[in-house]
Amino acid sequence: MSLKRKVAIVGADETDQIGIIPDATPIMLHAEAARNALRDAGIDKSEVDAVLTCGISGMASTQLCEYLGIVPQYTDSTMTGGSSFEIHVEHAAAAINAGLCSVALITHGETGHSGRMRRGPRGGFFDPTLPAMQFEVPFGVGGAPSAYCMAAMRHMHQYGTTSEQLAEIAVATRKWAQLNPRAMMRDDLTIEDVLSSRWIAYPFHIYDCCLVTDAGGAVVVVGAERARDFKKKPVWVLGSGEASTHQSLLGMDDITTTPARYSGKAAFEMAGVTHADIDVVEVYDSFTYTALVTLEELGFCAKGEGGPFVSGQRTAPGGDFPMNTNGGGLSYTHPGMYGMFILIEAVRQLRGECGARQVPDARLALVNGTGGTLSATGTLILGAD
Amino acid sequence: MSDYAKPLPYPSPETQPFWDACKRHELSLPYCRACARFFFYPRRFCPRCFSWDIDWRACSGRGTLYTFAIQYRPQVPGFTPPYVTAIVQLEEGPRLMTNLVGIEPSPERIRCDMPVEVTWEDATGEITLPLFRPAP
Repeated sequence: MSLKRKVAIVGADETDQIGIIPDATPIMLHAEAARNALRDAGIDKSEVDAVLTCGISGMASTQLCEYLGIVPQYTDSTMTGGSSFEIHVEHAAAAINAGLCSVALITHGETGHSGRMRRGPRGGFFDPTLPAMQFEVPFGVGGAPSAYCMAAMRHMHQYGTTSEQLAEIAVATRKWAQLNPRAMMRDDLTIEDVLSSRWIAYPFHIYDCCLVTDAGGAVVVVGAERARDFKKKPVWVLGSGEASTHQSLLGMDDITTTPARYSGKAAFEMAGVTHADIDVVEVYDSFTYTALVTLEELGFCAKGEGGPFVSGQRTAPGGDFPMNTNGGGLSYTHPGMYGMFILIEAVRQLRGECGARQVPDARLALVNGTGGTLSATGTLILGAD
Repeated sequence: MSDYAKPLPYPSPETQPFWDACKRHELSLPYCRACARFFFYPRRFCPRCFSWDIDWRACSGRGTLYTFAIQYRPQVPGFTPPYVTAIVQLEEGPRLMTNLVGIEPSPERIRCDMPVEVTWEDATGEITLPLFRPAP
């Protein structure tokens, strides 16, 4: 039983402010994003009967439902880092299609910038006997930058991928940000600027790494029979897939892969479309490398050919492969689990709401979230009527 | 009292034999008798075939540098950049996360697939960490 065209996204929005919001708490941002997404759809909170969320300590959906004053008949706190929200869309589609609920609210809120500034450096691990605490942290491998760089290094060694090719993505994404008034980083950026910038973790320069910001976002998903009852035109979920292959880099047979090879294949098969049909691509760019390897794993180019594929500013405005059109995690915003924002941008592109950065006649969009250390992916293919 | 400032591993019952061997400066890894293969990290069963017929066997301590990075920011408290994080491919098959030491932390000096060998850092009276250095 396929979930193709069984549900649509009818509301999508972000918090009023994104970037640096010193006074916000994560749950405040969840609520503000929820209000804005429901307002975008024209749906009253009282109609929401399903809540899907993560990133709130403890029992995420239970805590959020109490905070918002919602008594749900379906909840899901699936937590796969930055891919959580793509996977929530798939889970909402399954639940709605099974008749378990009818209006699903998916929310995100994080204070990656200001929360960290208040509390000081925080570890992501709590059980000291977890594998990562025994076999990674004692060797100085902690946050995402200290791990993704090792995957990138092997890719560069194995396939000849270069720093210049990674920089192509940083520069192309910045050009999209320059067309987006809400983007945090809008100054000119050249490949030479990237290559001469300081190292965060060789082989990553600082411009290979995403921002760390405060932001929230939310989307509203309803069944096909209600999809045309709301203010904006529906954005159909035509294909979806989720996959996870490991938690730690040590759990990967080939460190140059990602689970997008599985989630992407599932999404394309469900949607029944080809790569050439996709008009706009929104992929998680925690690092330039993440975007590059994801294009390979999704099959937009052959394995190892991501470097040549993105060269010549192909993914920039005016290029023949529009990607990360809001300015990406690299230049737009990135609060920690950025997957919500590629989803919102895809909806906006398919509605034609993107102004200067609008991809002409965008009808089909691919969204791919990546969470953990290239651990878990969720792929969606979305379509406008 | 140790003045070791970096995070220490906290052995669990299934990983204790690994850390006990490290303390003796021996690299001992779990071995699945059903698959006839080593695996890592330690569990009471083989993650490949789910056999619980597990043994511990000594490894050579030799391998190659599968990948690495030079960390220019302190990603974990107690570490002083620049330091080299590495994944070593052991001769026996499994990979370990470790630090590459005994070499200048420079992009010009370090190469994927270079031969490496284990060297031991006695962090405390209880914990010894397996680090790796270029092999002669």
